[in-house]
Amino acid sequence: MTIVELADAVVVSRGFPLLAGVDLSVEAGTLSVIVGANGAGKTSLLRLLAGLEQLAGGRAVVAGVDLARGDRRQLRRRVGWLGHDGSFYDDLSVEENLRFAARALERPTSSVAPALARVGLDARSTTLARRLSAGQRRRLALAWLLVRRAELWLLDEPYASLDDDGRTLLDDLLVDVVASGATVVASAHDPLRTRQASRTLTMAGGRIVGAT
Amino acid sequence: MKQALQRLLGPLTLASMAATIWLGLVVTPPDRVQGNLARLVYVHPAVAWVALYLSYGTATIASALYLWRRTRSVVADRVAHSAMEVSVVFIALTLITGSIWGRPTWGVWWAWDARLTSTAILGVLAIGYLALRRANDDPELRAKRSAVFAILSALNVPIIHFSVLWWKTLHQGATVFTANRSLLIHGIMAWTLLLSFIAFSLAYVWLLRARYRLEVARDAREASVLAEAIAARVLEGRP
Amino acid sequence: MIATARLVAAKDLRIEWRSRVLLWQVVPFGVMALVLSGLALGPTRAGHSSAGPGLFYLVVVLVTLLAVNRSQAIERAAGTRASVATLGLDPAGVFLGKTLALAIELWIIGAVLLAGAVLFLHTALAGSLRAVPSLIATLAALAGAGTLYGALSGESGSATLLPVLALPAFAPLLIAGERAFSAALAGGATGEWWVITLVALVAYLAIGVLLYGVLEET
Repeated sequence: MTIVELADAVVVSRGFPLLAGVDLSVEAGTLSVIVGANGAGKTSLLRLLAGLEQLAGGRAVVAGVDLARGDRRQLRRRVGWLGHDGSFYDDLSVEENLRFAARALERPTSSVAPALARVGLDARSTTLARRLSAGQRRRLALAWLLVRRAELWLLDEPYASLDDDGRTLLDDLLVDVVASGATVVASAHDPLRTRQASRTLTMAGGRIVGAT
Repeated sequence: MKQALQRLLGPLTLASMAATIWLGLVVTPPDRVQGNLARLVYVHPAVAWVALYLSYGTATIASALYLWRRTRSVVADRVAHSAMEVSVVFIALTLITGSIWGRPTWGVWWAWDARLTSTAILGVLAIGYLALRRANDDPELRAKRSAVFAILSALNVPIIHFSVLWWKTLHQGATVFTANRSLLIHGIMAWTLLLSFIAFSLAYVWLLRARYRLEVARDAREASVLAEAIAARVLEGRP
Repeated sequence: MIATARLVAAKDLRIEWRSRVLLWQVVPFGVMALVLSGLALGPTRAGHSSAGPGLFYLVVVLVTLLAVNRSQAIERAAGTRASVATLGLDPAGVFLGKTLALAIELWIIGAVLLAGAVLFLHTALAGSLRAVPSLIATLAALAGAGTLYGALSGESGSATLLPVLALPAFAPLLIAGERAFSAALAGGATGEWWVITLVALVAYLAIGVLLYGVLEET
């Protein structure tokens, strides 16, 4: 089943074409990695897939939602997003942030503790998010995704700020997530970590220019 | 037929304005009490009517049409934006002509009267709408937020309308009709007043059309610039 | 909608309790603004001026702007906006939750400012206490309007755009609040000014519930 179908997709911000006609097809239950130089459009593509950017031209159907016509809010509820920056409220503790996400998505709050244990933050559950290190904030963002259990995971440079243990944790997590049927699309600078990817896509100038 | 009417709009506007000026300044007699100052009745009420009901009403209705999915279109957004810009002009004219009338009548250029104050607030709201449009780059988000703001700000219009009834105001009450629809102005003065409403309404339509065409041209230019930007971006990615 | 409102209100109030931004920045600003009002009138006139209620509500409106800015800023931290957007919260619930949290914060700040008005602007204590119900209603209406206009002003330029958009809308509430306060000080009825405040409150709540989703798009 195809979960992402883009045809000549264009995204514009302040008159600048972030995406200049992207063609992309992603099958469900796969791991795709997008590589490319800074400014190639990797983040913009992921944001489009997350329903965080307005489609300005072309066609885009993501998780059954036609972005040219459909409600982007409906799509956003079905994806898990990991951005560059923190994904949560700095003045709430680790556990409070996850409980907020769980309640918002009507997931059981009992899913919070296992998620924290999986990412190695169970000892920091009462620490305010603002007091976490960059790597710990990344782990909290991953825990947020685990609580969500979305069908489409969109990860923007997920390995950034993670130590070796963190990177191994993420690799294992991605294997489990894909095995459970979810689809992962991630951007990365480091091609070595993309060994487990079904496919590697190269972006340049706001378009996909190569695939392996 | 449509094109013929469009071509006639400018000349009709000029002719009706000229007729209003001639009748208002030359033919009609001065008022028994206010003398020649009362000739402002051929300007101020018409300008106020256009500002509050015609122009702001157009902007509000177009905004509502934009927010409703079935009638959402770029045309509705353009009309709302154009009408609101014209509203700023007419609200300013309302306040200026009102001040000119107020100075000799009340002794002051400005009074904290309910109608004057609420009209001034409407002017600030209209300017706020234009500021809001400039603060948003995304066309759809800009259109939606502006539309919501226009509808919210239009809540001020009934306040302005009923202000002379709800509160004790310096501003006079009904100018044309009494509460039981009897005419307050008669003869040549009444016809001149009617003509002034027609003339300023035509002027509003002419201005709205001109502003709308400017908006269309601006959008076309932006689309052209975007197409060039996309082509340049694609070239970036080529080795 | 109600569950989302409770969730969002609790979150906002918890964040304020932890960060104390309103307590340490907005309340001192409000108190200083009251002091400056008294200074502007001068020692003789400040003690006997009937401008007390007007100056009080002017400070309330300015404080509301800061509080609204803070309420919106919570959601605009880098990354937070995108992640929270993917939670797909019911926009009507978000609006009601943020309005409720903002109203509670404004009620607390309003109590401090009212004490300041008694102290610095010499508004009579008994009359000031009689004005409390109208103050509660006015602040609730300001919270509703502020939340709506805060979302309208969006991310870019919100600190400067918010006052341009919101102050004209706050004006009727400023007038109604001041008239009710003056009437309370004079021992008279505040009835008609309640009507304006309550109509505004209901209108803003209804419009917010209907249209907040349109404004919240990223």
